[in-house]
Amino acid sequence: MSLLDIDTLSLAIFGKPILKRLSLTVEEGEIAALTGESGSGKSLTAFATMGLAPTGSRMQGRIAFGGTDLLRLPERAMCDLRGRQIGMVFQEPMTALNPVQTIGAQVMETILVHKAMPREAAKARAREVLARVGLPPARFPLSRYPHQLSGGQRQRVVIAMAIALRPRLLIADEPTTALDVTTQAQILDLLKTLVREDGMALMMITHDLAVVSDMADTLHVMRHGEIVEAGRTAEVLRDMRHPYTRQLFDASRHRADLGAKDIGAPLLSVRNVSRDYPAARKSLFGKPEPFRAVDTVSFDIRHGERVGLVGESGCGKSTLTRAILGLEPVQEGQITLGGEPVWTDRANLAIRRRMQVVFQDPYGSFNPRHKVGRLIAEPFHLLPDPPRGGARERAIGAALASVGLAPKDADRYIHAFSGGQRQRIAIARALIIKPDLIVFDEAVSALDVRVRAQILDLMADLSRDHGLTYLFISHDLGVVRSITDRVLVMKAGRIVEDRPTKALFDAPKHPYTRSLLAAAPTLPPPPETRDAAQASL
Amino acid sequence: MLRFVVKRLLSLALSLIVASGVIFLVVEVAPGDPASFMLGINAQPETVAALRAELGLDQSRLARYLQWTGGMLTGDFGTSYTYRTPVAQMIADRLWVSLPLALYALALSTLIAFPAGILAAARRGRPADIGVMGATQLGVAIPNFWFAMMLVLIFAIQLRWFSAGGFPGWDAGFFAALKALTLPAIALALPQAAILARIMRSSLLDILGEDFIRTARAKGLTARQALWRHGVRNALIPVLTIIGLQFAFLLAGAIIIEQVFFLPGLGRLIFQSITQRDLIVVESVVMLLVFAVIMVNFLVDLAYAAVDPRLRLRA
Repeated sequence: MSLLDIDTLSLAIFGKPILKRLSLTVEEGEIAALTGESGSGKSLTAFATMGLAPTGSRMQGRIAFGGTDLLRLPERAMCDLRGRQIGMVFQEPMTALNPVQTIGAQVMETILVHKAMPREAAKARAREVLARVGLPPARFPLSRYPHQLSGGQRQRVVIAMAIALRPRLLIADEPTTALDVTTQAQILDLLKTLVREDGMALMMITHDLAVVSDMADTLHVMRHGEIVEAGRTAEVLRDMRHPYTRQLFDASRHRADLGAKDIGAPLLSVRNVSRDYPAARKSLFGKPEPFRAVDTVSFDIRHGERVGLVGESGCGKSTLTRAILGLEPVQEGQITLGGEPVWTDRANLAIRRRMQVVFQDPYGSFNPRHKVGRLIAEPFHLLPDPPRGGARERAIGAALASVGLAPKDADRYIHAFSGGQRQRIAIARALIIKPDLIVFDEAVSALDVRVRAQILDLMADLSRDHGLTYLFISHDLGVVRSITDRVLVMKAGRIVEDRPTKALFDAPKHPYTRSLLAAAPTLPPPPETRDAAQASL
Repeated sequence: MLRFVVKRLLSLALSLIVASGVIFLVVEVAPGDPASFMLGINAQPETVAALRAELGLDQSRLARYLQWTGGMLTGDFGTSYTYRTPVAQMIADRLWVSLPLALYALALSTLIAFPAGILAAARRGRPADIGVMGATQLGVAIPNFWFAMMLVLIFAIQLRWFSAGGFPGWDAGFFAALKALTLPAIALALPQAAILARIMRSSLLDILGEDFIRTARAKGLTARQALWRHGVRNALIPVLTIIGLQFAFLLAGAIIIEQVFFLPGLGRLIFQSITQRDLIVVESVVMLLVFAVIMVNFLVDLAYAAVDPRLRLRA
C-alpha cells in the first residue's frame, strides 16, 4: 500500500473544474515531484491533500493516506493529521511566519497543539529541530523574531515547524522559488537529507524541471489539471512520451539566438561608483554608521552589447540599477551615458529619456484603469516634443507590432492580457521612445518556462534588429546565459568577475562565481545528445 | 525599547510646546475683550481699563503666554474671568465627570466591538456576519443623542431603572455615580462600537488572508485556533489607532450627551466659557484636551510596540 494514494481526484471551485481525475501515488521514503506551469493545479493538489482547499471547492475521488480516505475524514480528525502526519512547506518564506511571534513559539506550537509532549520537552525539541535544519540555538535562540532572519533562514524555520513531529509525508510547494541559487541548493540538500535519514516521503511541487531532475525519484508532469506523464524521473526525462513534457524540457534549456552583433563605442560608463546608506544608529544621538551597498564599481557597456548582472539578493544589484537609471545620487564616482552624467545636482532628464526599464512583475506594473495605448505611450512624457495625433497612434501601433501584438490591442485594458503578453506590453512601453539602453530587472523571473523562452527570443530579435543595448539583471543564471554577451558577477557591493558569457560559464575564475554555478540546478542533456554520445562509444 | 520610549517622549514634549503656542495665539485673535464683556456695554472706559489691568490683560502677549504656560507647569491654570475661581479647580471638578464617562464609554465600546468584529470576520458572509454588519451600519448612521433620548425613554421613563439625568457626584457612592453615568456611556459607546467593530472585522479579514494563517492551519491548528492565536493580535494595530482617536473624541466631544443628561462635564464647561469670553478657561481646557490626545497617542504608540516586535527596532 502506498503512503499517499490519490485516485481519480477531481476538484471544482464554484463549479469551475480545476483538477480532472488526477491519480498519483507517493511511497514511504520517496521524493515525488509534481511539475507544470502556473495554473496547472499543482498547488491545489497539495492543498486538497492537506484538506485546505479554498472555499467553494467540491472534490470527488479518493485521497488515501496510509489507507484512510482524507476526503471522508471529519475536520477535527484532519486537524490531528496536519502537522503530525503531514507537514507542509510553502513558497514564500517572507510571509509564511507570524511576524509578532518568536520562532521558538511558532515551532513549539506544532508540538503543543497536538499535545505531543509537555512544554519543557517541546522547547527542547524545538531547539533540536531548529538545529537539525541548520539554525543552531547558540546563534538562533528561540526568542528570535522572523524579521531578524533572512529569507533562507525563515524557510528553515518553516521546515522546522513542518518536521517537528516527524511527519510521514512532507509537502513542499515551490520551497525554493523565492530564494537565491546558493540558498536554494542548501534548502534542497536539507530536504533530501531529511527524507534519506528519517524515511519521510516528500511531495515536491515546482515549476523548475532542473530543480527536480537530480533529486526526485518520480516525476509527475501536470497540465490543465491533469497528469499528462508520470514515472521514474530518469525515465520520464529520457523518454518524454508526451509532447508537453518535451516542450517544458526544451523551454527550460532554451537559448535565444543572439546572433553576431557589431559592438560599438562605450555607451554607459560606470566609474568607481560607491553608494552608501545610513545604517541604524548605535546610540540615540550617535552618528549613524553608513552601510556601503555598492563599493567602487567600474564597468562599461558598449553600444549593442547585452550585459548580464548577477548576484544574490542584498548584493547591491538593485542599488546599482537605481543609480544607473539616475533615480538616486551616488556618494563617489560617476555614471555617464554617452558621455553625459546621469545625475548632476538632480536627475538628468535629457539622459533619463535615453534609458528605459522593464520590471519583474507583469501584474503590478500597469495602471489597470488605463488602456494599453495610453500605458505604452507613457514614456512620451519624457520627450520635449512628443508625437501627437496620427503620429502618436502610429508609434503605439509600431511598438505593439514589434513585440508581436496587434495595433488594435491598444484599445484594450491590461486585465485582458496574460502574464507573457503583459511583459510584451512592458517591452513595447520601453521601446516606444527608442532608448539607447534598456534595463531588464528580473524581467522574465515571474514567467512560466515556455512563455519565458518566447520573451527571451523576442528580446534577442529586438536587439539584433534595432541594435539595442541591454543591461539584464537576474538571479537566474540560465536566463542570463541565454541572453547576454557578457556577465558581471556582483558580491557584497563589488563586481568580482566581468567576462564574456561563454568564457565565464565554461571556466569561471572567481571562487564566488564557481560556487554560484555549482549551486545552480542543471537539466540533464537532451535525449538525442545522450543517444549520440552512447552511439559513439 | 528604551530608545523607542525616549524618542516618543521627546516628540510628545515638542508637540505640547507647539500646541500651547497655537492655542494661545488662536484664542488671542478671536474677537471679544473679556473685560468689556464682563462689565457690559455701558461700562466706563476707565473701569474696563482697571479690570483689564486686574486680569493682567494689559501685559504683552509674550509675558502672558509665559505666565500661562509657566503656571500650568506648576498646576496653576489662572483664575476664571467670569467666576473668579481658580481654573484648575473648575477643570478638576468637571474632569471627575468627563474622564470616568469617557473611560466607561470606551470600555463599553471595546467590549461590544471586539467580539462583534471577531465574530463577523470568523463567520464571513454567513448570517452572523450579515447581522453584525447591518447593526453596525445603523450604529454608524444614527447620531448618539438619538440613542440617548431612546435610552431615557425606555430605561428611565418606562422601566425607571435609571434616572433621566443629573450626576449625584462621587461622594454619593461609587455605584450611585457609576449608575448615573451608565446611560450616557451607552449612548456614547454605541456609535463608537459600530465603527470599531467594522475596523476589527476588516482588519482581521485582511490578516486571515495572510500566508502565516495558512501555515498555522498546516501545523494542525483549527480555524478557530488560528484566528485567536495568530489573527487577533496582528489585527490589533489599526484597531488601536481608532481606539486612541475615539478616546480623544469621547473626552471632549460628549457635549451633546452631557446636555441631554444634564451632566456637569468638560464639554459644557468649554461651551459656556466660549459664550462668556472666559478666555483663560477656554485656553486651559483646550490645552488639557490636547495634552490628553497626545498622551493617548503616546500610549497607543507604546501599545503598538508591545503588539508588534518589528516596531521596537524600527523606531
